[in-house]
Amino acid sequence: MKKGDLCVRLSDVSLSFGRRRALSDVSLSLHRGEIVTVIGPNGAGKTTLLRIVLGLEKADSGTVFVKPGLRIGYLPQRLRIDDTLPLTVRRFLALQPRVASGVAAALAQTGASHTIDLPVQRLSGGEMQRVLLARALLREPDLLVLDEPVQGVDVAGQAEIFALIRRIRDERQTAVLLVSHDLHLVMAATDEVVCLNHHVCCSGHPATVARDPAYRALFGDDAAAFALYAHKHDHAHDHGADPHG
Amino acid sequence: MDDFIWRALAAGIGVALVAGPMGSFVVWRRLAYFGDTLSHSALLGVALGFVLGINLNLAVVAVCLTIALLLVALERQRLLESNTLLGILSHSALSLGLVVLAFIESVRIDLMGYLFGDILAVTNQDLAWIYGGGALTLIALAMIWRPLLAVTVHEELAQVEGVNVAATRLAFVLLMALVISVAIKIVGILLITAMLILPAAAARRLARNPEGMAALAALAGMIAVAGGLAASLTWDLPAGPAVVLAASLLFAISAALPRRGGARG
Repeated sequence: MKKGDLCVRLSDVSLSFGRRRALSDVSLSLHRGEIVTVIGPNGAGKTTLLRIVLGLEKADSGTVFVKPGLRIGYLPQRLRIDDTLPLTVRRFLALQPRVASGVAAALAQTGASHTIDLPVQRLSGGEMQRVLLARALLREPDLLVLDEPVQGVDVAGQAEIFALIRRIRDERQTAVLLVSHDLHLVMAATDEVVCLNHHVCCSGHPATVARDPAYRALFGDDAAAFALYAHKHDHAHDHGADPHG
Repeated sequence: MDDFIWRALAAGIGVALVAGPMGSFVVWRRLAYFGDTLSHSALLGVALGFVLGINLNLAVVAVCLTIALLLVALERQRLLESNTLLGILSHSALSLGLVVLAFIESVRIDLMGYLFGDILAVTNQDLAWIYGGGALTLIALAMIWRPLLAVTVHEELAQVEGVNVAATRLAFVLLMALVISVAIKIVGILLITAMLILPAAAARRLARNPEGMAALAALAGMIAVAGGLAASLTWDLPAGPAVVLAASLLFAISAALPRRGGARG
């Protein structure tokens, strides 16, 4: 696919918390219309990487380029709103600055229209992700940043949410940066995978990464199954590669 | 009825009007213990005000802010968990306040009044401070309402969306300090947190949106003030605790209300 404008570029970014090294010489670039997925084990620095892109954390060294004026829609990993706060989804969406209209339309786009008058505390995991996506869409973002977008969502819902993210990308040419420790589904729903364990172990097209020894070293036996999974999608007519065969 | 009763009622209602909305945020942001720490440190403010001969209300605001900033600095060190830090600051400040007050021999100080409030001794000057400081607090709160609500829901989401989180939090702490200085005379430093969280908690079950909860909390606070004062006069109870107990009763009643139907939310 032809790459769009550059949105974000990290070059040799490092960050430590005290003596603990969170990120070490990490480089990454993100263009319009591109979905980049960061995968890695727990505590590999994935969320820290997102926080640097979001401007919530400052790198110790390296350069961080974010296109000036870039509008970012952010889906945090967990959103626990205290039960004592009476807040409907409608109000929740209108809380951000410079948004007054379009709430209902945004919810319709993410398939969460039915939640508009519900208290936010009553949403299921999948509904919450759709509502958060709607909130991000209200900003008409150039870049969507999603931290574990399918955590706490059932398997059928996970596929739907990834399909939704891809549709948003296709329709709006939004750049998408997402983080996951869950290998399932991610491989098929992304243009580029960055395999992170404090440093970038390997990166590239999902099928390439899946065959990379560094990737297999990081994810062990699970990885082999995914190599087949990715392979199957690469060569739809090659029945010999069917993992279930 | 005597003048002092009307002044007490007016003062209590003034405090309830501010405590409702501010208390709602204390509940939403789970800051009850933080409120306690700030109000306990207010006694140190009173003591220093006497020692330095400056306006007591301003001294209270200044000490509350100092303690809040100290808390932020300690939290940055990540040595101890926040609740532990709050406990340390809260009781250290309270004890320091008591020690400093004990050293002041020149002024006879009504310690019980500062600890539990002295609503029946409210002067016109107190009333001016309560309504002046209270109005200032409410206007400022209205101005930061939406960003503060966004920060309450999710700080980092708010920051990415362009809210100035640090400034909003600082403004909120400043308002907390103001409310404490306003409420000291009415319920005393040990019961201020109760005046903040009880009416808000009582309002929760009936509220459909944040603004409704803030307004209902103010209303509940006013009812508690009127009821507590009446009980205090009728049965000769200490006024501050009587007001708090009236608020507790309102909370108990609201907690006993039947749950609303699921569909209405």
